[in-house]
Amino acid sequence: MSDVAAFFHMGGYAAYVWPSMLISLVVLLANVFISRAQYKRVLRQTAQRARAKAESSTTGAKNQNVKS
Amino acid sequence: MFKWIHRFGSAPFVYRLAGLLGPWVGWLCLIVMLVGLYLGLIVAPADYEQGESYRIIYVHVPAAILSMFVYVVMAVSSAVFLIWRMKLADVVAQASAPIGASFTFLALVTGSLWGKPMWGTWWIWDGRLTSELLLLFLYFGYMALRAAIEHPQSAARAAAVLAVVGVVNIPIIHYSVEWWSTLHQPATITKIGKPSIHPSMAVPLLLMIFGFQLLYLYIVLLRTRIGILQREARTSWVANLPEIESSGANRV
Amino acid sequence: MTSDKSALQSNDTAEPLTVGILSLLTCIIKREWLVAFRNPGQWVNPLLFFVVVVSLFPLGVGPSPATLASIAPGVLWVSSLLAVLLSLGTLFDADYADGTLEQLVLSGQSLPLIVLGKVLVHWLLSGLPLLLVSPLLALLFNLPVASIPVLMLSLLLGTLTLSLIGSIGAALTVGLNQAGVLLSLLVLPLCVPVLIFGSSAVLAAASDLGAGGQLLILAACLLLALALAPLTAALALRIGVSGTR
Repeated sequence: MSDVAAFFHMGGYAAYVWPSMLISLVVLLANVFISRAQYKRVLRQTAQRARAKAESSTTGAKNQNVKS
Repeated sequence: MFKWIHRFGSAPFVYRLAGLLGPWVGWLCLIVMLVGLYLGLIVAPADYEQGESYRIIYVHVPAAILSMFVYVVMAVSSAVFLIWRMKLADVVAQASAPIGASFTFLALVTGSLWGKPMWGTWWIWDGRLTSELLLLFLYFGYMALRAAIEHPQSAARAAAVLAVVGVVNIPIIHYSVEWWSTLHQPATITKIGKPSIHPSMAVPLLLMIFGFQLLYLYIVLLRTRIGILQREARTSWVANLPEIESSGANRV
Repeated sequence: MTSDKSALQSNDTAEPLTVGILSLLTCIIKREWLVAFRNPGQWVNPLLFFVVVVSLFPLGVGPSPATLASIAPGVLWVSSLLAVLLSLGTLFDADYADGTLEQLVLSGQSLPLIVLGKVLVHWLLSGLPLLLVSPLLALLFNLPVASIPVLMLSLLLGTLTLSLIGSIGAALTVGLNQAGVLLSLLVLPLCVPVLIFGSSAVLAAASDLGAGGQLLILAACLLLALALAPLTAALALRIGVSGTR
């Protein structure tokens, strides 16, 4: 048996070792991607709200970022 | 002397710090985990008794350790929030709950996958597995309470009380479950039987634990930014953030 | 919460009404007793629930006396745990709905004591009936007669602890929709030690072993809960009442 095949065979325990690794990978990546997606969503919502607020309040002075 | 601690009460400072640290922590986490997996899955020898199946240890043990560590972090920051009304502490507690629950779930699933070849069955009411299951229920309770209360301030404080109550109870629950499992099945099989673990196995294990911790840190930093944005959405410093301006420009 | 408190203090700085600890406790107990007595469903329903659930088990697992005797401690304990939690859902709800709870929180009296009084009355009306009816059910389940005193003693210590732990959950979920299910989700994991030591005390007594150790641990749990639960529940009540839900 070649080295690679032996590695994937895991001494007969492949059916337990690889699912463990796979599910760990899925859970960890899900954590990362769900959090990142949520961050982007919240950024977008906040930006929309800030834009709406700026448009309603600064009708006279357009295109001026007022620093507070 | 402790003047620097007050800076952590400032939302813009924490938001920028979290944004600055995030990528570094993320890349370090990836490197540590890849090295840990390489050493653990390829370099380390097979176990004398358990053969190759012991390699599940490299995900099971870090997940189990982190599941408890995250609950303690959550409870400590909840206590800080209740006592000093530090909003950042609540953000951290809220950010920790889902990732803690997912680590607990992972520890249960990998424990079960390890149990099948070792014990011959998917599930044993062994002390450690049972405690882990109850810990998962505690996480669910925290998130459910938080979701059930609409008013954000009340939700944060009620959930904080629950987290502190939980952490006081965890040792009692753990020891009673241990006692109960030894009562009902005298021949408990301990998973990490050997008192001393060979360095070739210990080094990757420690690396994986460190990697899981870095991942937790990465997620908490990211979710802390989300929490700050949500809480401070109406302030001018948020409106003036460069990423807010660019994100708004993309949309319209 | 701080703003509420300061407002309260500025209102009655003239002469705060102070009541002694015991008279406050008896006052609360009398009031609760009266309220509960006029609403019998509050204490009859948990008892009926307990009896019905316990009687369903033989139908589920079969009538063999040996099987029933071996599962009896667990069945009796899990059923009483559920019955106590089910009745706890309404511990603060009526008072919350009609505004009494807010008055109690703002009264300036010791809130933990008020909670303790309410929990004691609640236990007298829900835990004690379970305790009194449990010998009959134990006989239905073929438990040895000699183990019945231990069963009752463990239920005495255990249900009181459960009422105290549950009061924290009831205070956290006060005024919420579907508080009952949420309460169970929050409190059940915390009740595991009581369940373990309670049922194992009965199991030990049924197999002629001493149950002293388990009963002592139950007593220790009760003392711990008696010291900490009213304080925590009072904190949770303040949070629930101060915020608009």
